[in-house]
Amino acid sequence: MQKVQDSLHFLQSMEGAAQGLAIAAYRSNLSALTEAGEVQAMVTNQSSAENSAHAKSGPGRRAVLGAFAAAVGSATVHPAAAQTTPASSTPTLTIGYLHWSHDVQTISYIFTPAPNNGRAGAEVAIVDNNTTGRFMHQNFALETVEVRTDQDPVAALNALIGKGIRFVVTDLPAADVVKLADAGAAHGVTIFNAGAGEDALREEDCRGNVIHTAPSFNMLTDGLAQYLIWKRWPRWVLVYGEHPQDLLLAAAYRRSAKIFGAHLVAERQYKGKAGSRETDTGLIELQEQLPVFTQNLPDHEVLVCADTQSVFAAYLPYRTWDARPVAGSAGLIPTSWDPNSLEFAGRQMQDRFVAYAHRFMTALDMNAWVAVRMLGTAASYAQSLDPEKIMTFMRGPDFQLGAYRGLSLSVREWNGQVRQAIILSDSGRCVVSMSPQPGFLHERTVLDTLGTDKPETTCKLTTAQKE
Amino acid sequence: MITRRATLIGVPLAFAVTGEARAAVSGMAYASNEKDNTVSIIDLAQMKAVKTVPTGQRPRGMELTSDGKRLLVCEGDSNRIDIFDTTSWKVIGAIDTPDPEYAALKKPQNNPLFVSNENNALVTAWNIDNQKMLWQMPTGVEPEGMAVSPDGALICNTTETTSMAQFFEVGSGKNLANVLVPPRPRWAAFTRDGAEVWVSSELGGTVTVIDTKSFKILDTIRFVVEGLRSTFIQPVGISITDDNKLAFVCLGPANRVAVVSVPEHKVVSYVVTGSKKFDATVKKYLLVGERPWHGTLTPDDKYLLTANGLSNDVSVIDVANLRVINTVPVGQQPWMVLISPSST
Repeated sequence: MQKVQDSLHFLQSMEGAAQGLAIAAYRSNLSALTEAGEVQAMVTNQSSAENSAHAKSGPGRRAVLGAFAAAVGSATVHPAAAQTTPASSTPTLTIGYLHWSHDVQTISYIFTPAPNNGRAGAEVAIVDNNTTGRFMHQNFALETVEVRTDQDPVAALNALIGKGIRFVVTDLPAADVVKLADAGAAHGVTIFNAGAGEDALREEDCRGNVIHTAPSFNMLTDGLAQYLIWKRWPRWVLVYGEHPQDLLLAAAYRRSAKIFGAHLVAERQYKGKAGSRETDTGLIELQEQLPVFTQNLPDHEVLVCADTQSVFAAYLPYRTWDARPVAGSAGLIPTSWDPNSLEFAGRQMQDRFVAYAHRFMTALDMNAWVAVRMLGTAASYAQSLDPEKIMTFMRGPDFQLGAYRGLSLSVREWNGQVRQAIILSDSGRCVVSMSPQPGFLHERTVLDTLGTDKPETTCKLTTAQKE
Repeated sequence: MITRRATLIGVPLAFAVTGEARAAVSGMAYASNEKDNTVSIIDLAQMKAVKTVPTGQRPRGMELTSDGKRLLVCEGDSNRIDIFDTTSWKVIGAIDTPDPEYAALKKPQNNPLFVSNENNALVTAWNIDNQKMLWQMPTGVEPEGMAVSPDGALICNTTETTSMAQFFEVGSGKNLANVLVPPRPRWAAFTRDGAEVWVSSELGGTVTVIDTKSFKILDTIRFVVEGLRSTFIQPVGISITDDNKLAFVCLGPANRVAVVSVPEHKVVSYVVTGSKKFDATVKKYLLVGERPWHGTLTPDDKYLLTANGLSNDVSVIDVANLRVINTVPVGQQPWMVLISPSST
């Protein structure tokens, strides 16, 4: 019964906070916390939270949040964030998510993307936003629409616009991001690109109403290049696939090599289709094919590979002719997130995500989390859910988002790219390093040593586009 | 003066400096080494670690009872706060609580203990004598810094990810106010008169001064170090002298401690910390990987000790002269250092 009393006490004190003492701008709206039936719901969940107190990353926090929602109830229920829906008087910002529903086969079975890849990151960010929002009198919700490859993303966007949604996160491909941006511009919609790395999307095809939380190919390849140069491994062989994205990624590696002083001593294109990873004796064939593919290369320290579709890169380590490390799309991989990244309070993010999604957090989850948290952070500092005020703050000089990678994230005003550190992952087993590397300096912030810098940009945002 | 004389008679300089400190301080200091899972016991008279006590996983925050007899160590990855007897160094009690990042005691009563449960977004209050929980309250995401007001009436908690300073009533846990501050607030410290609470924002690079009656922001202190990118200035720990005149703010990767005038809310100086290659003759401190997290003043306010997370040592700063006078090697990645109240 002690637990029951604690919980009742908890409810009473929360109510007290709302009635009197909180300062005006930051008052918590918790006045609906007292009805008897709702107290019961709170007690049940609270107890389960305490029972799990010894389990690291147990459901404690979620249970408490869930209990909170159960206690306050609501007239409106938003699909993905029902568990944190507060009292109906709290103003709500609903964020759209256009999720690309498609099958991806990866060479490594354990890295097969989950059906909610990306979406789960946005959902955790909604919970995080509301953890602050309940003290700030703001509520956030997520409305997700699954978009298959054969479906029109603009139709899905228009449906969201029709519901009053002005912020849309998406992991759809680059061509779709441009279509969404153009279709949304007239309605004051801002698109958050969480998936597409193509630099053209930030440069010649840039749009003023797009924020890119996904790092560009240039940022990823610069992050890897800095580390390889720091290691004094300047001679690279570049191997790339046939997919158009592979060619773009290969171009990004050529650019990075030039900027940071690496030498591409040879290039080879891997021509071959993705086969089934389950073919019996396939391994024997691979260990004969890949040495031949990498035979007779000039002296090099690293084999850098560009394989965006998971066709061949993961087969390279331990199968090359020369005993050289592999980097790029396999081996040492540059990425915006790795489930082993524990520094800078990353452990808390990982634990929170695993408790929510029951799987590890991917780079796409992180990019979507960043997008939704950028909105939540800008809304709390702007003290407004007004889309214009949110975007003005987000693009302004005071905006910073902590995202578990040391230096805070902010927006490059010249092309809408979110500046961020790049993690170098040992294929998802360990974090090897994080770029920018020591010694690479910049007049503004070391984060701008990664990717296309202001003097190089070809993006021309008109004033109208900026707004 | 002592330094100059020692040099004249040919005594090695480092020894002379140690001698100066030896003459001035006696007592014990405790440094939590988050990587080693230990606490280093430093004899201040000798200026060296004389004992290493094993702890649970990832010891970070610590608290000392006002009599100095019990040291409470937050062991985040063990989901436990161990209570050590500072004579026998035996564990005499433990509080089982998820992911305790930091905890603060109401003194001189030595109860309750207020804990930031980082993963669960909770503040919990405990009786440390029977290790029973008194209350718990939800907070923003990742509560960390915790401070009890000098009159023991309210606590201030900082939430790292959702950037709030949150105030709670000590007895009931009632949420009094939530103040938005610049990103990633790590630490809260009440001024000695209790009129203000100072909150450091690691990513914002600021200290926010909040009035404890109206909960309004009075001032925002910014730090500018010539030749250093603002992104490397990441304020964390704040220590305020008993006379309420000076505050020392550890600036993390800037490898400096800022000296701030408390009445003026103004930076008066920066002290470079953690130099392993200390040399008083050139009065120049070579920068090595350091990252001071948290500092603590000796009871007489004559010295400030800082725990330097990257150089695995504790800096000793002479407060009167604002100079680093010694560096004491400890375990790996020290996060916090406390000083026994009987130290003089």
